[in-house]
Amino acid sequence: MSAHAVAVGLGAVAGQRAFPFLTALVLTPVGAALVALVLPRRAVWAIRAVGVAGALAVLGIAAAVLDEFRAGFGGYQMVSVHPWVGSLGISWSLGIDGISLFLVLLSALLFLLALAGAGERTNVKSFTIWILLLEAACLGSFCSLDVLLFFLFFETTLVPVYFIIVGWGHEKRNHAAMKFFIYTFTGSAMMLVGIVALVSIHAGQTGVTTFDIRQLVQTHLSGTAGVLLLLAFTAAFAVKAPIFPFHTWSPDAYREAPVAGSVLMAGVTAKLGTYGIVRFDLGLFPHATVVLAPVFLTLGVAGIVYGAIVAAVQKDLKRLVAYSSLAHIGFIVIGAFALTGESVSGAVLQMVNHGLITAALFLLVAMIYRRRQTMNVAHLGGLQRRAPVMAATFAVVVLASIGVPGLNGFVGEFLILAGTFLTHRWWAVVAVAGVVLAAVYLLWAYQQIFHGPERESERDKPFRDLTWREGAVLAPLIVLIVAMGVYPRPVLDRITPSVDQLITHVEQVAHPNIPRVGQPEPTTHTEVAK
Amino acid sequence: MLHFAYLIPLLPLAGFALLSLAGKRIGNPVAGWIATLVVAAAFAMSVVVLVSLFAHAPEQRLFTQHWFTWFRVDRLSVDVGLRIDPLSVTMALFVTGVSALIHLYSIGYMEHDEDFAKFFCYLNLFVFSMLMLVLSSNLLVTFFGWEGVGVCSYLLIAFWFHRPSAASAGKKAMIYNRIGDAGFLVALFLIFERTGSLDYSTVFARLGRISPTDLVAIALLLFLGAVGKSAQIPLFPWLADAMEGPTPVSALIHAATMVTAGVYLMCRINPILHAAPDAAHVVAWVGVVTAFVAATIGCAQTDIKKVLAYSTVSQLGYMFLAAGTGAYVAAIFLMLAHAFYKALLFLSAGSVVHAMDGEQDLKRMGALRAFMPVTAVTFFVGWLSIAGVPPFSGFWAKSDVLENAWAVSPALWAIGAVTAVLTAYYMGREFFLVFMGDPRWQGARPGGEEPRDPGWVMRVPLIVLAACSFLGLFIDLPFHPTWTFLERWLQPVVGASLAVHHYGLAELWGFGLADVAFAVLGIAMAAAVWRAAVNRPRLEPRFLFMAWFIDWSYGRFVARPGALVSSFASSVVEARVIDGAVEGAARLVRGGGERLRRVQTGYVRTYAAVFVGGIVILVAYLVTRAGS
Repeated sequence: MSAHAVAVGLGAVAGQRAFPFLTALVLTPVGAALVALVLPRRAVWAIRAVGVAGALAVLGIAAAVLDEFRAGFGGYQMVSVHPWVGSLGISWSLGIDGISLFLVLLSALLFLLALAGAGERTNVKSFTIWILLLEAACLGSFCSLDVLLFFLFFETTLVPVYFIIVGWGHEKRNHAAMKFFIYTFTGSAMMLVGIVALVSIHAGQTGVTTFDIRQLVQTHLSGTAGVLLLLAFTAAFAVKAPIFPFHTWSPDAYREAPVAGSVLMAGVTAKLGTYGIVRFDLGLFPHATVVLAPVFLTLGVAGIVYGAIVAAVQKDLKRLVAYSSLAHIGFIVIGAFALTGESVSGAVLQMVNHGLITAALFLLVAMIYRRRQTMNVAHLGGLQRRAPVMAATFAVVVLASIGVPGLNGFVGEFLILAGTFLTHRWWAVVAVAGVVLAAVYLLWAYQQIFHGPERESERDKPFRDLTWREGAVLAPLIVLIVAMGVYPRPVLDRITPSVDQLITHVEQVAHPNIPRVGQPEPTTHTEVAK
Repeated sequence: MLHFAYLIPLLPLAGFALLSLAGKRIGNPVAGWIATLVVAAAFAMSVVVLVSLFAHAPEQRLFTQHWFTWFRVDRLSVDVGLRIDPLSVTMALFVTGVSALIHLYSIGYMEHDEDFAKFFCYLNLFVFSMLMLVLSSNLLVTFFGWEGVGVCSYLLIAFWFHRPSAASAGKKAMIYNRIGDAGFLVALFLIFERTGSLDYSTVFARLGRISPTDLVAIALLLFLGAVGKSAQIPLFPWLADAMEGPTPVSALIHAATMVTAGVYLMCRINPILHAAPDAAHVVAWVGVVTAFVAATIGCAQTDIKKVLAYSTVSQLGYMFLAAGTGAYVAAIFLMLAHAFYKALLFLSAGSVVHAMDGEQDLKRMGALRAFMPVTAVTFFVGWLSIAGVPPFSGFWAKSDVLENAWAVSPALWAIGAVTAVLTAYYMGREFFLVFMGDPRWQGARPGGEEPRDPGWVMRVPLIVLAACSFLGLFIDLPFHPTWTFLERWLQPVVGASLAVHHYGLAELWGFGLADVAFAVLGIAMAAAVWRAAVNRPRLEPRFLFMAWFIDWSYGRFVARPGALVSSFASSVVEARVIDGAVEGAARLVRGGGERLRRVQTGYVRTYAAVFVGGIVILVAYLVTRAGS
């Protein structure tokens, strides 16, 4: 615990002196949105430029954050705290650690790509503004150290997403957006209740009213209270991620949203859910997490198998990606709840990997749609001859998604499964089935789109290969998919210390009742540690 | 010189990188020559490493080379590097050697293909993956290579992707392999849990920490991976479909190298198999049963390549029989010999198919010895070798396997012996149908050119492989301890073979003569039945032609119900149950019967607007409070 306190202290001190990176990170997109707001509606080019420039600036700041970040250090860094509502203990407090660092970078990258690759023609101004506001909300969520601040950011993401779906979506957008909104709103309402309850319990124990997560983790919770609070928080996260069986909004929403919406929902906002689980469930309710772990592990495994089974019969590419996403989120869930250093680090890494892979898949599907006005595999086929570069790109992404070693999906999946195996052997074994099933439906989809002869009716229509612009949008994703598969160490070396600190915290709180199971003998531990 | 071992895998990787970026621009045939040269250079490096290793004392022939740490999280640390020992160098040598020859052959075979450069790009990637598989010092990096060769296999089977059958075959191969890989993965988890490492040396040093039950589990799970990769029962149907790929691919990946990865794995983990004899028995029995079943299937196929495919399955079964009986040297010996003669047979068959404009049906060939004398001779050499006629290498290798099987169980030997007869028979049948008898193809190709032997780029590999099929006998000769080169070379890795040392020279002669008798019997049967006649339906029962209906059963009893489950999950569970509950709840909340769709839009828009307004007011309020 003392190490934790020291770490936080160091971070805070360092953060006070330095440039407020995180605040700048959150406010830059808002600033860009304001600039876009004052531009005339007709200045489409200028608005686009402002959007891209804003996102680019954010990516620059995020890169600076990465540069500034001290590897091998588990606590929060670059902490900036500004008391806001002193009497209620609410503060503008931002900080970053290994768990949030790469989610911030992922968001910064995907927002830029979404803005650069969206190609929306109608109402560019409001589109750009909504995307930028969504970016601010997502970054704010990942950086908040204040639970209420987190909630505000987390909640705020709903609005831009809703309007993006409704404003620029496909045919059934209204129904999808409504479902998305009600679903997620219900979840977060429960979280709000949970937050208030937690803060009052903490206030009752210490006499201090605070929303600061660094103090709330010290709250002593009875077994029942912990379980109830964890369920309240997780309601929001389970919907957002989504975890089986709270997922049915997602195929509709991903399907009907415009490409930028799908990319950002699956790539970034879904990670708010999984991030919330790791940061808040594990951090605030360690005991309840241990108690409920089998439940969530079961849901995670169910999602892996169920998502794969349902994905196998989807004719619509976006729905297929949505169900595959459900399956892959299942891996993240079991990694988080297996509570080993390997599995949780793997889960955090897999959040990033899944963001990259799913974003690339949705972008590619959109590029096909732009050429053929269909996402139905029954109307596609034989496109590899026409578009070999696109086919190769798609193949790399598919292989990453099914977890072929050398590409990024494998490392995360392997860490998750190996770590889960240590504490929850049979869940891990069933989850391995997901590895087989993923190959079934993704290779099937690839075959339907790119292999075989071209459809009779389509033979005369043109189908051009990736344009330079499309290539430029996909290139960073492909580079990262390969790089993080071959050499994930720089990423993991920054994730692991924070995860280890979290796991230590969980064990210290939960230890009295639940002994650790299935660990290798201590001798092994030390030998490997060398 | 051992230091330069890293070049062995990296040369093909460089070839892949170059061809994937600029292959199209480099074009035909230079791309093919570049690919061939890098693999030939890797072969040369392997020779250098072999010689350097030879300079050390046998017990000291183990070197590891650390490249970089792939990842390190808590207890799990994975280093990428090489493990240079007699076994891995032997594998590297034959993989690069056979690959170089098949690359060369492909320059001729693929010369008219529009994706010429891409083909060589994939081939180089394959060689890189295969070399990582055999050379790595860590089980997880072996798994990397293992999956890598699987992906290349997928890409190359589906190389002519516009053919739906090829595309499906590629996918099928990948999925069957993945089923095995699931076993491999779980084995890795178990090994990591018990030993805290995935490094070969560390794992072998800590085997004592693993309970006997877990050792059996680990061995069997790894064997499941091997069953998928090496097409053993029950995961073999993919290999016959894999013949959809270009013939050099069948020769390289689906005969000589990739499919032997499972056998290599069993030899590599010999300390585990040694400690888990129950698992070793399973390996031996699965191997011998597969050898027999696949041989029976091979007797009734009508496609020139499918006979060879089932023959490969059968021969791999022999190798597992050897590994399961502790005769790792015999397994590797047969692997080497098989690589030579099976690659030879495939490439010869490829020359036939090439010359016949893609015709693969045995019933439409015949009399080709007159038109393609070189190919006929090379195929003949391959046939004699696989049939086990002395002095060709196949004889020595197969005898080695059968002798060791006898030492463990005469039943294993008996099944292996019957299979030996069948092997000589089905290959004889193929030889007679293709090269002897009357030509049955003129009608099919009116006005076409006569088939003839291929050009020299394709001919050289045939001749070299034919020579190897013969000279392979010198790898390991049982007559005198000084001549058992392979055995003494591999001994530091796999230990001494269990059985052979118990036999005297008389017994060895006995076994040898029996093996000759099996070969002669099979050849005589083939000659009697197929020398003149072409159609003998009773000898090609549908049961065997359909491969014991195993693939068919999978389609019927696994794939079709699976598809039904999927449709049911999608249209009923998902749409009605889970989503139905949600939408139903939403309807209830909103006071019954109202149709959701009618009001939803305005409702949610208002809601969102109120929400945004609320947040704005809240934030404004908080900001003013904060200011005070």
